[in-house]
Amino acid sequence: MKVTVDQHKCVASGQCVMSAEQVFDQRDEDGIVVLLDEHPPAEQADDVRHAAAVCPALAVTIEE
Amino acid sequence: MSIPADVLVVGASAAGLSTAEALRRKGFQGDVTVLGAESHQPYDRPPLSKQVLSGVWEPGRAFLREPAALSSLDAEFVLGDAAVSLDAEARTVHTASGRVLRADAIVVATGLRPRTFAGQEDLAGVHVLRTLDDASALRTELLTASRVVVVGDGVLGTEIAATARTMGLPVTLAGPQPAPLESQFGPMVAQRLAALHTDRGVDLRLGGAVTGLGERNGHVTGVHLATGEVLPADLVVVAFGSAPATDWLTGSGLKVDNGVVCDSSCRAADGIYAVGDVARWHHAGLGTLLRLENRTNATEQALHVAAAILGESPPYTPVPYFWTDQFDVKIQVYGVLSADAEVTVVEGDMDQGRFVALYRRNGTTTGVLGWRMPKQTRLRRQEVVDAFQKSRNRV
Repeated sequence: MKVTVDQHKCVASGQCVMSAEQVFDQRDEDGIVVLLDEHPPAEQADDVRHAAAVCPALAVTIEE
Repeated sequence: MSIPADVLVVGASAAGLSTAEALRRKGFQGDVTVLGAESHQPYDRPPLSKQVLSGVWEPGRAFLREPAALSSLDAEFVLGDAAVSLDAEARTVHTASGRVLRADAIVVATGLRPRTFAGQEDLAGVHVLRTLDDASALRTELLTASRVVVVGDGVLGTEIAATARTMGLPVTLAGPQPAPLESQFGPMVAQRLAALHTDRGVDLRLGGAVTGLGERNGHVTGVHLATGEVLPADLVVVAFGSAPATDWLTGSGLKVDNGVVCDSSCRAADGIYAVGDVARWHHAGLGTLLRLENRTNATEQALHVAAAILGESPPYTPVPYFWTDQFDVKIQVYGVLSADAEVTVVEGDMDQGRFVALYRRNGTTTGVLGWRMPKQTRLRRQEVVDAFQKSRNRV
């Protein structure tokens, strides 16, 4: 699985972090998404799919 | 309880689309039809009052999915055709064009309609902002307006006022509350928001009712206040709230009362569910009926409705969340705020322009608000979770 984040689309809602905190974080200064792991391990996959589904700005994309 | 053979989703915006997608992600193989009143592909509403209105985004950037992603859903999209009636027992929906659609399970996702002054549809220069077409029409007129008055001191009114002001227009914001969003944020934070608008040049005329619109030769000329004062305007945006779009459900057999009334799993009746802005469901954590008008609920609730359709029915007990971006300020809210809450700044500093505040009632932290501190606000979410649920049910 390859994960991409679009920091320009991000609205800093942090939903991705709440779904998969080992894969996503937010910048301290403005809350914009930071991708921690571009190729998360298989056990994170469902959480990452959830993150992509719930992001209100559609800023998370996944290539399976 | 058996899996339905087919599902009809009435409403093709964020909640409706998310429901169809969640069904497919969970392996549902039956027919899925998504019926939408608007002719556009599903699009996102939050950017309409911000990037689309200001012109930073072309309207097309608001679409929720690329065409390929929509077709890969293997769902039939019937667009530009409004639902006009529902027979809940017969699981049948009639549309404006005369279509008759039937499915084992039906999801009501028809959202809201803006509230308006009587007769304002006939008045040139008066706008609402709900749809992509509304945003395009409003933007076109903003580009040649001389004096803009926004009627409505809630989230939408303040965002529109901020966007129009950023576009360089003279903007007045009128509404009944003493300060913007005061019934939600309470006086301390609402006054901080008022100061933001005033500092950026928005003329705030709050604290009194707006009674109507003036007109001459079919064009709006101003906004009338209860004080007797008239605010001159050649462009007025009416943003004083919305009502759930449930007129079409008269005679359906569903209970409609400020939205479609549902149980704790978002079920309105046997085989009928509601999701998004239109859904008023029993929040088992809060112990009350709740209807949320925000973007993240559309998707989060849709996941639960899809699960309920497929026979899993955990109660839907979200911690409500919304955000608003105005000028260069991002405000995030988790939980429920109230004007009479005890508000304590726990991080940052209001005067420094970045802070996080907790809202407490009867000793319980019910909400947290962040002002230009999104990450720190999110980290405080856990403090309100107890007020909403015992455990987070992921579906």
